[in-house]
Amino acid sequence: MPEAVAMREAFASTLVELAATYPNLVVLDGDLANSTRAEVFEQHYPDRFLEMGIAEQNLVGVAAGLATVGFIPWLSSFAVFLVNRDLDQLRMVVAQPNLNVKIGAGYSGLFTARTGKTHQEVSDLSVMRAMPNVTVVAPADAVETRLAMQAATANPGPWYIRLVRDPTPVLFGSDYQFIPGEVVTLRSGTDVTIVGTGVQSVRALGAADLLAESGISAEVLHAPTLKPLRPDVLIRSAEKTGHVLTTEEHTIIGGLGGAVAEILGEHRPTPLSRHGLMDLYLESGSNDDLLEKYGLTPRHIAEAARALLRRD
Amino acid sequence: MQTAVDQELLALRKTAREARRLVIQAVHHSKAGHLGGPLSAADVLTALYFKILKIDPERPHWSDRDRFIMSKGHSAIGLYAVLALRGFLPVEELQTFDQINSRLQGHPDMTKLPGLDMSSGSLGQGLSPGVGMALGAKLLGKDFHTWVMLGDGEIQEGQIWEAALVAERYNLDNLTAILDYNGLQQYGWTVSVANGKRQPRISIENPRQRWEAWGWNVLEMDGHDIGDILETCQKALTVKNKPTLIISRSIKGKGVSFMENDYNWHSKVLTDAEFAQAMTELAQPVEGE
Repeated sequence: MPEAVAMREAFASTLVELAATYPNLVVLDGDLANSTRAEVFEQHYPDRFLEMGIAEQNLVGVAAGLATVGFIPWLSSFAVFLVNRDLDQLRMVVAQPNLNVKIGAGYSGLFTARTGKTHQEVSDLSVMRAMPNVTVVAPADAVETRLAMQAATANPGPWYIRLVRDPTPVLFGSDYQFIPGEVVTLRSGTDVTIVGTGVQSVRALGAADLLAESGISAEVLHAPTLKPLRPDVLIRSAEKTGHVLTTEEHTIIGGLGGAVAEILGEHRPTPLSRHGLMDLYLESGSNDDLLEKYGLTPRHIAEAARALLRRD
Repeated sequence: MQTAVDQELLALRKTAREARRLVIQAVHHSKAGHLGGPLSAADVLTALYFKILKIDPERPHWSDRDRFIMSKGHSAIGLYAVLALRGFLPVEELQTFDQINSRLQGHPDMTKLPGLDMSSGSLGQGLSPGVGMALGAKLLGKDFHTWVMLGDGEIQEGQIWEAALVAERYNLDNLTAILDYNGLQQYGWTVSVANGKRQPRISIENPRQRWEAWGWNVLEMDGHDIGDILETCQKALTVKNKPTLIISRSIKGKGVSFMENDYNWHSKVLTDAEFAQAMTELAQPVEGE
């Protein structure tokens, strides 16, 4: 197994790193800095760490105000609060005025320290993708998290970065380049295309190994950016394999599956199956138990790919 | 004999009257828009933009300018009228209010009109960006002041109180909120019905105690007395270590007899006869004229 690093640790260290380059970078926390690890930033830059308390609506509004006077505010809270409680705030004072606010959406997906459905954010990609002006990124690992945060800080406008709490395998080496909007080919294949986003792309590679054992050649693509999402790599791969499976630690409605179905439906209709969470809320449990029960392991992805191929 | 101060106050009263006339004309022209709130805020907006705010219409993006946020965004036309009179946009442009391709959206859109420091419309959200601007000024070591106009209806929104708490926590004495306390909202709570006429009231009594309990300095003024407005706003600028709330006692629909204190004129289209009467009333001499 490759080394595992938590995205939240990369979130914190990258904030510290960026702060040296960007004197106008500030961090606004919603009383979760010891969870999101923004506490590390406070230790380095106490004057640029702004505690907003348990008041997420105001958190977003204050960030918007700071952005108008030249700051680059990074938000530190949980995805579930930022996307849901702050939907109207993100819409009206961040996305509509296209302000330079960076949303560090911690604890997305299933890994929330057994806190259950109230804290598991599994529809953020659908919601944020539908919000004009917002760039939406779900990095696959700590390396890509750092690169995506660098890109977010360097490019004006609202960015949503989907972060995971617990250590996940490091997929990319130091030579990896993150290009916003671009789909990355992780592995070439000829029989079926598996497109992942976020940490699920790592599990898609595991599925490709399992499929190879039974003689199925899977091409694995990684779509770190949900919006914008460039269609060219997706279309070429669909033309080559003739079968496309999307997989995400997220509802199958409107996220990666929705985005890929939209692109292929318009440009290159291809037999397609969406794998992910089946329009439901989850529960408390260990990470492994959740992945197993809700069908997000490499084995489950491989089964979905075989089922897609059997449709012929 | 008129002193220079008297002349200045008279000029501001006449400007506020002109702003009211422009509001009525724009809303009548577009056949849509809010009236009660813009009219209750007209004197305060005039005093701010002509006397209090450190601004330059030639440089709407000047980084050291004072900031103003119209949190009750449905009073946009009141703000546009005063901005036009102050030179931020041509007065004739007010006729485009609410219409397609206009910079003058139904609610303030900072991406369209230079001079708007924040977009607003969904209520209860304006104080938070004001906190951000004031906090930003402190971090930057700049001395610009941030002003936020709140509606008395919109402070029912919980986010206002989140912002109030944080403003106090960071000792934002460079932030002043003005509460347009006209006592009416779009519908409100029914307190009585007489002769088939419904009498509503806002359920935010005692704003002084509420804001003082939140750690704010609280001042009060007559929101239609230009002299009182200037004096109170100047006083707010001298307060140290605390944000200030100014309770601006006002009359919804102020200046047009049949609109005053009638919640039905929150947002309503004028008939031509009503328009003519409103314009006649708003042609009457102001105090001292």
